[in-house]
Amino acid sequence: MTAVSPGVDAASLRDVRSSRRGDRVFSGVTVVAGALVFALLGAIAVFLVVKAMPALQHDKSSFWTTKIWDPDATGRYGVAALVFGTVLSSVLALAMAVPVALGVAVYTVEYAPRRVGRFLGYLTDMLAAVPSVVYGLWGLFFLLPHLVGTQTFLNRWLGWIPLFSGAHGDVNTFSKSVFAASVILAIMVLPIVAAISREVIGQVDPAQKEAALALGATRWEMLRTAVFPPSRPGIVSAVMLGLGRALGETIAVALVIGNTFDISAHVLTPGGNTIAANIANRFGEAGALGRSALIASGLVLFVITLLVNLIARYVIYRSGVEERSAAV
Amino acid sequence: MAKRIETVELSCFYGKTKAVDDVSIAIEPKSVTAFIGPSGCGKSTFLRALNRMHEVVPGARIEGQVLLDDEDIYAPEIDAAAVRRTIGMVFQRPNPFPTMSIYDNVAAGLRLNGLRRKSELDSAVERSLRSANLWDEVRSRLNKPGAGLSGGQQQRLCIARAIAVEPQVLLMDEPCSALDPISTLAIEDLIFELKDRYTIVIVTHNMQQAARVSDVTAFFTLRGPGEPGYLVEADTTQKIFTNPSEKRTEDYITGRFG
Ligand SMILES: Nc1ncnc2c1ncn2[C@@H]1O[C@H](COP(=O)(O)OP(=O)(O)OP(=O)(O)O)[C@@H](O)[C@H]1O
Ligand SMILES: [Mg+2]
Repeated sequence: MTAVSPGVDAASLRDVRSSRRGDRVFSGVTVVAGALVFALLGAIAVFLVVKAMPALQHDKSSFWTTKIWDPDATGRYGVAALVFGTVLSSVLALAMAVPVALGVAVYTVEYAPRRVGRFLGYLTDMLAAVPSVVYGLWGLFFLLPHLVGTQTFLNRWLGWIPLFSGAHGDVNTFSKSVFAASVILAIMVLPIVAAISREVIGQVDPAQKEAALALGATRWEMLRTAVFPPSRPGIVSAVMLGLGRALGETIAVALVIGNTFDISAHVLTPGGNTIAANIANRFGEAGALGRSALIASGLVLFVITLLVNLIARYVIYRSGVEERSAAV
Repeated sequence: MAKRIETVELSCFYGKTKAVDDVSIAIEPKSVTAFIGPSGCGKSTFLRALNRMHEVVPGARIEGQVLLDDEDIYAPEIDAAAVRRTIGMVFQRPNPFPTMSIYDNVAAGLRLNGLRRKSELDSAVERSLRSANLWDEVRSRLNKPGAGLSGGQQQRLCIARAIAVEPQVLLMDEPCSALDPISTLAIEDLIFELKDRYTIVIVTHNMQQAARVSDVTAFFTLRGPGEPGYLVEADTTQKIFTNPSEKRTEDYITGRFG
């Protein structure tokens, strides 16, 4: 930077300096924003721990194992059934949503004519934007009655699997159940997983796809060889985001789940509960200890979600390491 | 192993646009045929029509015939994937599968063909890497990602991947254009060796390369901007470079015409 060309005078040098100031301001803003996120997360964690303390101290021995929620009257409460129901309904929801979401994503990118694909993309994004209370009401008034047939069918043919077993009078009636919650969650998770997977699959280098085709791959073999492997980390994070949403979903689940406290894998029979739904259902009439207990359950949910995210990070990081070692 | 390719009045289209007009040419087995010509004259398009890669582009289609030992590869009962297995292709930009190891890259085509036995895969991978003059450089790191190789090594890996399935014909679209002179020489040597077993077609912008490696040279050009490309003449490389029949060829060879 010693020679200054004839056209560059002092004024334009000052320009450079002012744009450097812009740089400084911008990097300052990003640092503050980053710190803010961190502080918020910390504040939430601190709030949860502080407010949960009374309930956790009141009941040290059985918070993890008790299947009853009656803090204000008898002082007995525990998250065992809630954690079970939360994880079970979310995992079931993913089991239903992920295959369909991947199918939608692959179809949108690889099979559909371009215009149909773009239209499908819009639809998926709109589905993701529907408020959860709308899903909940729709589930309660429309889906639940229409699920009876499916429940009967599952029980009849797959009843030998404990998941779908249950007494005849239980499974073939209109019922708020873990199954109903899972179906609603699946519908809510589907567009998120589909939209992210679609973007990820669309990013695959066309040269890799041509490489597979030129080896004599059919379309499906091309997907397996050249499209899915590089998409895997992105699809994993899509699924984890979906799982995060399912774990924390409140109002839609509260409307269609049984609100009972038992650990039962018979998802078709009436009953079930999740941490978030339980908070929504009980917070209104809870007393002091009741509130603290609910917040303690919220803390458990917070930790579960954090764990899910950490695992997702780890999975993505690990496949990133594989790729980076390519540079050696 | 090697088969003969013949095109009969082959025209290639992208949607309504004709990119290649009415090309009839015979490509003899166990020889190297070079396609030369100015940019945009349809060399890549024509080459890709020879193994039905052209139709991968949405809206792309052909008219005319491509015969592989007298069998029309565009006949309705012919499977495009099977054609591509028989007529392999190497691209301008090296494109190994990024998440796969060197070994898996070479084995990819074999696995697509249903080969599963470890011992058979091992020997086929070694044979292909040896044929591609890459074995000695990678034998100690077969499980490392293929993307970690140098550009020239990656291109030879792609050649190994293409010949692992033992195709009858090998099509190469400017395989050296992204490579340094040393890697280019390595690949030219390789082409010379592979010629004993395969029918090879290579697109190149490098006249010396065409002169060095090919037995037959085909010169393509266009009549004007926006017009489709066509074949001016195809003859022995010797004749094309010393005494071509067409004035346009001579002008191009001697650099008087872009
Ligand atoms: N995917 C495509 N869609 C539409 N038109 C295309 C496509 N690929 C190529 N073309 C057109 O077809 C014509 C021939 O292109 P092609 O790539 O075959 O030329 P080429 O001889 O290989 O040129 P180069 O030497 O630069 O590689 C050009 O006019 C080009 O614009
Ligand atoms: Mg080209």
